[in-house]
Amino acid sequence: MSTETLVPYDEALARYEPVLGIETHIELGTKTKMFCGCATEFGAEPNTQVCPVCLGMPGALPVTNRSAIEGIIKIGLALNCSIVEWCRFARKNYFYPDMPKNFQISQYDEPLCVDGYLDVEVDGETYRVEIERVHMEEDTGKSLHVGGATGRIHGADFSLVDYNRAGIPLVEIVTKPIVATGDKAPLVARAYATELRELVRAVGVSDVRMEQGSMRCDVNVSLMPKGASEWGTRTETKNVNSLRSVERAVRFEIERQAGVLDAGGKVIQETRHFQEGTGTTTSGRSKEEAQDYRYFPEPDLVPMAPSREWVEQLRASLPELPAARRRRVQGEWGVADKELQDIVNAGALDLIEETVRAGAEPAAARKWWMNELSRRATEQGAELASLPVTPADVARVSALVAEGSINDKLARQVFDGVLAGEGTPDEVVEKRGLKVVSDEGQLGSVIDEVIAANPDIADKVRGGKVAAAGALVGAVMKATRGQADAGRARELIIEKLTS
Amino acid sequence: MSADIIKKSAAELAGLISSGEASAVEVTQAHLDRIAAVEDSVKAFTHVDPETALAQARTVDERRAAGEALGPLAGVPIAHKDVFTTIDMPTTASSKILEGWRPPYDATVTRRLREAGLVILGKTNMDEFAMGSSTENSAFGPTHNPWDLNKIPGGSSGGSSAAVAAYEAPLATGTDTGGSIRQPAAVTGLVGMKPTYGGSSRYGLIAFASSLDTPGPLARTVLDAALLHEAFSGHDPMDSTSIDQPVPPVVEAARRAEVGGLRVGVVKEFGGEGYQPGVLARFHEAVEVLESLGAKVVEVSCPHFTYALPAYYLIAPSECSSNLARFDGMRYGLRVGDDETRSAEEVMALTRAEGFGPEVKRRIMLGTYALSSGYYDAYYGKAQQVRTLIARDFDAAFEQVDVLISPTTPTTAFAIGERADDPMAMYLADLCTIPSNLAGNAAISVPCGLADEDSLPVGLQIMAPVLADDRVYRVGAAVERALQDRWGGPLLAKAPEL
Ligand SMILES: [Zn+2]
Repeated sequence: MSTETLVPYDEALARYEPVLGIETHIELGTKTKMFCGCATEFGAEPNTQVCPVCLGMPGALPVTNRSAIEGIIKIGLALNCSIVEWCRFARKNYFYPDMPKNFQISQYDEPLCVDGYLDVEVDGETYRVEIERVHMEEDTGKSLHVGGATGRIHGADFSLVDYNRAGIPLVEIVTKPIVATGDKAPLVARAYATELRELVRAVGVSDVRMEQGSMRCDVNVSLMPKGASEWGTRTETKNVNSLRSVERAVRFEIERQAGVLDAGGKVIQETRHFQEGTGTTTSGRSKEEAQDYRYFPEPDLVPMAPSREWVEQLRASLPELPAARRRRVQGEWGVADKELQDIVNAGALDLIEETVRAGAEPAAARKWWMNELSRRATEQGAELASLPVTPADVARVSALVAEGSINDKLARQVFDGVLAGEGTPDEVVEKRGLKVVSDEGQLGSVIDEVIAANPDIADKVRGGKVAAAGALVGAVMKATRGQADAGRARELIIEKLTS
Repeated sequence: MSADIIKKSAAELAGLISSGEASAVEVTQAHLDRIAAVEDSVKAFTHVDPETALAQARTVDERRAAGEALGPLAGVPIAHKDVFTTIDMPTTASSKILEGWRPPYDATVTRRLREAGLVILGKTNMDEFAMGSSTENSAFGPTHNPWDLNKIPGGSSGGSSAAVAAYEAPLATGTDTGGSIRQPAAVTGLVGMKPTYGGSSRYGLIAFASSLDTPGPLARTVLDAALLHEAFSGHDPMDSTSIDQPVPPVVEAARRAEVGGLRVGVVKEFGGEGYQPGVLARFHEAVEVLESLGAKVVEVSCPHFTYALPAYYLIAPSECSSNLARFDGMRYGLRVGDDETRSAEEVMALTRAEGFGPEVKRRIMLGTYALSSGYYDAYYGKAQQVRTLIARDFDAAFEQVDVLISPTTPTTAFAIGERADDPMAMYLADLCTIPSNLAGNAAISVPCGLADEDSLPVGLQIMAPVLADDRVYRVGAAVERALQDRWGGPLLAKAPEL
């Protein structure tokens, strides 16, 4: 592999204008496969969710899964696409061991959904990403190449194939060329992938988990000199398996292609592979070896002709979509763009909304999820949603704080208990004996001890330096292991020393 | 008894079994004996399984003894084309690439034969992957025509036609992609029916050309064909192209056998040059017979039928090039060159090079080319347009007449080896049958006598609109009755003893 000269990002963008295109594959979460009745559960023992149809046995025939078609139409509608009145499946022919029939049932020049768009926001600016098409296809099996240096089939000692994935319904979403994004190109690409993931998750037809491969992005990048009208040659980078990688892949390709062009070279139209470890892309199949897929209409299936009534029923069944929801929530909670973005990125929107629905004040719900619980999730390397604490728990803790029976410090201890499986917030309060000490008799004697133990500070307060009382409050809190009502303690201290 | 049994029709056998005059085991044994006696010279089967067949027959006898109501063909033996998957027998499509393969599932047609109580004697030889008109393209050697062992039995369902014509079975299944049931039936003096496309299930039928392949029956009488047709046809949710409609009343039509007042169209484009004089003579006789029975015969032009053959030889190979891609040695069947040094790609290529015969390779290459980018519109695309025009020719014709007729095939059975090196001559055998595959309508071939020059059988093709399958049975049965009166018995009685 030739060593590449990269041009620093800002320099590259000073001279070149990037054009992007993103193809996203999303596995639908249907119970059964696209064309047979096999289960689709992730992580099952290899080759246990297979039958003559998805193994491509001689004589076996496909039958379309209606709920998959329902899923893709919902995605198409959510992306503002038109749903065509008539279209067909096509066969995409190529030989590869993980393709049971050596052709993939896909769609070619007659996609089911066309001409949509998705608006994304980057740094307060809205970019409209136009959607060329959304089509339906079946997934391939999964190859594991053992031995060899590249991890690919060439040079491997042997290969294993798991056909559990073969035939899982796959939706491909193809953007039109994304232009005029300038130096925001990598961020726009990432924002698009993020927004698409949120959208599909909201529609509820896929778990869209990039780390499990249920959402995969291929990123096309080309550069043209600033002011030019003709687009440059594009590369297609595959294997981009996280939102961060989408951004990095675009950024790297801009730097690399600028280097090639600056040296007077030509960008080769090719498939490239993203390397997670280094954040670089490496050359794959070039155009010279490009496949002729010999597409033709799939003769084993009848055309799809979704009735307008059905399409309208599906449109009516769509839930509130992320953009509309964000606008609503922003109004209800009164949060700034930046904070809302953080909430979305942390995957906390659902959790906070449910917590508010369970009775908490929006500010309190945000505070607990975004500070205390986010920190703990980060410490454990877990998703916020996977912590063993429910929105109802958080709402109850907020209520206990609001009524004054615990304070923030005690609330953290309550979360300790809930996360450790000690029970509900009330049970943890009970078991751990967590209660704010506001009883004046009990608190008064602790204060007397603290004043006696800190005569210098007490003198300062007596002398009018009321701010110094903070140190005494701290000592009281320490002595009561945080259970004192700090506000009440402060009042009592000042009362005792100044009256 | 044995000699009597094998000459009986399926309907007669079913009657004997149902009345208790013969047991299913007896009937099955008689046919197994016949197979043992003549199979060496006919070579109709790729696999015969006497044990399984007798066990199936015994089950039918037991169920009858227990007083169960059984179907109209229960206990009748059948020869099953080796293109349908069978869980208890190898399924090869007569290809080396599938030699010894045991499918994990039954085809829908297979399952329905079993449910109807038919006794499957074995699997019949065919042109490899149903590509051919002579059964010479079988990896397991040619099948011989019982009328003259030096002649071909037609193809691709030549094992099925030979088995029935040689009295090895009263019934057989076939598949018809361009004439693969009708042409073998014609050249062996049998009845062969291509149902409406989608009328019989393709699930478990090893695909040659998906948009054309149609399972259908072969038999010695029109009524037998109708009984078998009814037994395995009808909607199948496992086949998306299967028609969700009741099976047309074919048995009733075969019994009705009358054509009074019916309008019959002779296809103008089929006849004349390239047709054997004896074939045309018998065809014209059949026309006179129809007129004498009260049918009104007119000539009808279907101008695009002349383009059917070239269109077919683009569409069928295109689909086959994709359908046969799965045979790569990775999951089942033959695997060549796997010596731990070669790549998967090399093993796939070596397997296909050795596993497929020359005609299959020719069609895969033809189809691969026709679908290539840059050629698609000129070849596959154009052929699809022709297909539409042919369907319109049929529509226009069926506005004027109730059925269309033509010779089934331009010549009688040719000699084994005669056309082996001349694919074009071989392809012409399907000239008259292909239009109905492209349009998907119903068509049958019934015997209409022997050609004077070679004393070999000639077939009359009767075509009807989509889902009017009953109509071709009605006309076929009327012709059969009138001609048998003339001949003094079935045509097959004139065949030489084997
Ligand atoms: Zn399956």
